[in-house]
Amino acid sequence: MGLNRRVWPWWAVLLGLLSLPIVAGYLWLVLSSLSNQMHGLLPTGGWKLQNWRFLWESVGGRPSIWGALSNTLIFAFGVAALEVLISAMTAYAISRLRFPGRGIYLGMILVLHSFPAVSLLIAIFYILRLLGLFDTLIGVILVKAALDIPLGIWVLKGFFDGLSWDMEMAALTDGASRWVIFWRIALPLVRPGLLALGTFALLSAWGEFILPYTLIISNKTWTLSLYLQSLIGAVDLTDYGLLAAVGLFYLLPVVVLFLLGQRYLLDIYGGGSKG
Amino acid sequence: MKGSQVRLEGLSKRFGKVEVLRPLDLEVQPGELVAFLGPSGCGKTTTLLLIAGIYQPSSGGIFFDGKQVNSLHPKDRDIGMVFQSYALYPHLNLFENIAFPLRLKRIAQAEVRRRVDQVAEFLGIAQVLFRRPGQVSGGQQQRAALARALVKEPSLLLLDEPLSNLDARIRLSARSEIRRLQQDLGITSVLVTHDQSEALAMADRVAVFSTGQVQQFATPEELYHRPSNTFVAGFVGDPPMNLLQGTFTEGKFDWDGLTIPVPPGHPGGSGYLGVRPEDIRLGGEIPTRLGIAEPLGREVLLSLDLGEGKTLKVLTPAGTRLAPGASLGLELRGAPLHFFDAEGRRVGS
Repeated sequence: MGLNRRVWPWWAVLLGLLSLPIVAGYLWLVLSSLSNQMHGLLPTGGWKLQNWRFLWESVGGRPSIWGALSNTLIFAFGVAALEVLISAMTAYAISRLRFPGRGIYLGMILVLHSFPAVSLLIAIFYILRLLGLFDTLIGVILVKAALDIPLGIWVLKGFFDGLSWDMEMAALTDGASRWVIFWRIALPLVRPGLLALGTFALLSAWGEFILPYTLIISNKTWTLSLYLQSLIGAVDLTDYGLLAAVGLFYLLPVVVLFLLGQRYLLDIYGGGSKG
Repeated sequence: MKGSQVRLEGLSKRFGKVEVLRPLDLEVQPGELVAFLGPSGCGKTTTLLLIAGIYQPSSGGIFFDGKQVNSLHPKDRDIGMVFQSYALYPHLNLFENIAFPLRLKRIAQAEVRRRVDQVAEFLGIAQVLFRRPGQVSGGQQQRAALARALVKEPSLLLLDEPLSNLDARIRLSARSEIRRLQQDLGITSVLVTHDQSEALAMADRVAVFSTGQVQQFATPEELYHRPSNTFVAGFVGDPPMNLLQGTFTEGKFDWDGLTIPVPPGHPGGSGYLGVRPEDIRLGGEIPTRLGIAEPLGREVLLSLDLGEGKTLKVLTPAGTRLAPGASLGLELRGAPLHFFDAEGRRVGS
C-alpha cells in the first residue's frame, strides 16, 4: 500500500513540524558546543573551541573524559555481550527443550521483566555491598544485564520458535549433540535476532544513568552519563557550552554505531530459514 | 558399506494419553529396503523417529544387529536420514551441508573434501556444491539431503517421505535412482511413504500401517495378491479393490439381493468379497449400467451402477467407447476373488 501522492506532501509537512522540537534540540547542542554564548538558537559572542577543552584537560577536578569513555564502552559492550549470550542460551532451552517447570519459568520471566528497576535499587545496593561488587563496573554490568535479560529471552525465543524441527532432527541424526546444534545450526540462523538484541542492549546500556548513579561512587569508575550529570548538577560552574560539548561527545558513538549497524537493524526479517 | 539388521520388539509409543503406536514387532534384514506405508497419522513416521532415536519408546525394544539401542543417542546410532522437507541448513552451502556429519566426526579436511566430492559426483550435484540450499532446485536439494545422509556411510538409511516434495516427473526418476543406489550400496533402508505406488515400486517388503498398528508386513506381490484384511485390500492398489459387503452361503455370495457364485473357501455368514477392478471382465450376465468412464490413458476406469446404491469399479483396455447410462454385462467367473470375514480378516488363500 503506498501513500497517495497528493496527500503525501501534507503529511510530510505535519511530521516535519512534529519533529521540529527534537531537531531544534540537536541544533542547539551542536551550535552551543562551538559558540561562546547562545541566545535561544542564535550563537552570540563568536565561535569558541574552548568548550571542547575536556578532551585534553581535566575539568574542575573531574577525571579524564577518556577514562569515562572507556568505562562506558566496557559497560555497554559487557552488558550487550552478557545479555545476548545468556538470552540466547535460555531462549533456546525454553523454545526447544522439555524440562520440568518450563511453564512456570516462562511465566516468571515475564513477571521479572515487568518489575521497574528503580523499585529494586535499594535491594540491589545491599546485595552488591554484600558481594563486594559495589562501586565496580562488573557489579553494574551484572545488574543491568540481569534486568534486561528477561526481555531478551522473550525476543529470542520467538526467533528460535521459527526454526524448523526437521532441521534439528536432521542435525541429531547427522551426529550433532544439542550443544553443537545450538552453536552451529541454531545460533547462525537467528543471527538477525542476535544483532538486533545486541544493538538495543548496547544502546540501552550506553544511555543508562540511574544504575551507575546509584551503584558507582568513585569517579574513577564514572561512565559518561555520570560525567555529564556532574556538569549539570555542578555548583562550581554552569557552563552550557561545555555541557553541550560533552553531550555531543556522549552522543557521537551511538550515531556512528547506528550508521554502521543500520543495515542489520533494518534487515531483521531478512534471514529466515527456508526448508 | 555394510547394512545392519533392525529388529523392533513390542515397540510402542504414547504421547500423554494418546497411543500413537501400538506394540509392534518387525524385522528388517541387512541390505533390505522396507517401506512403511499408510495414511497420515497412522504411526509410520513415529516408528521411523523411534528407530532414529529422536523419540524414546514407551515400551518395547529396538535392536540393531541384536544390540539394544533404546537409550542410544541418535548421533551414536550410525544412521543417515532424509526428511520430507530435506531439512538442509539454509546458512551453509551444499558442500558444508554434506560435510556437516563428517566435520562432527573431526575428519581431516582433505578426506572431507574427497568424500563430499565423491558423493556429490555420484548424485550429480557436483556443479552446484557451492550454492546455498535456497539457490538450487527442489530436485537438487533432495539429492543434497540424500548425499548428507550417505556421506558418513551409515549402516542404516531412514527416508521420511523423501520424494513427496518433488514434482511428478522427477519423482519417478528419483524413485528408481534411490532404489538403485540403495541396492548398489547394500545399505539397510526404511522408507516412510503414503504413496502406495512408491512403496510397491521401491521396497523389498512393505509394512502397511493403520491406526498405530501394522496391518500386514509382506512383499509387494503378496500385499497385492493376498491382502491380509480389508484395510490393506482397500489401501493397496490403484484403483483400489472392490469390497462388497454381504453374506456367504454355500457356493454363493449374496450382495444386497445380487447373487454372485463363488468357489469354496469362503468364511460363511456375513463378510466381504473382494475383487480387483482389472480382474472383472465385461460381457457377462450380471446386468449393470455405466455411471462414469474415466480415461486413464492405457485403460479406462468404469464406475458401474448395479442398482440400489451398489457400484463396482472396473478397468478395461482403452478404446472401448461407451456412453454414460449404457447397459453392460459383467463376468466375475474365473476372476481371482478375495474373501474376508465380518471383521475384515482374510479367509482362505
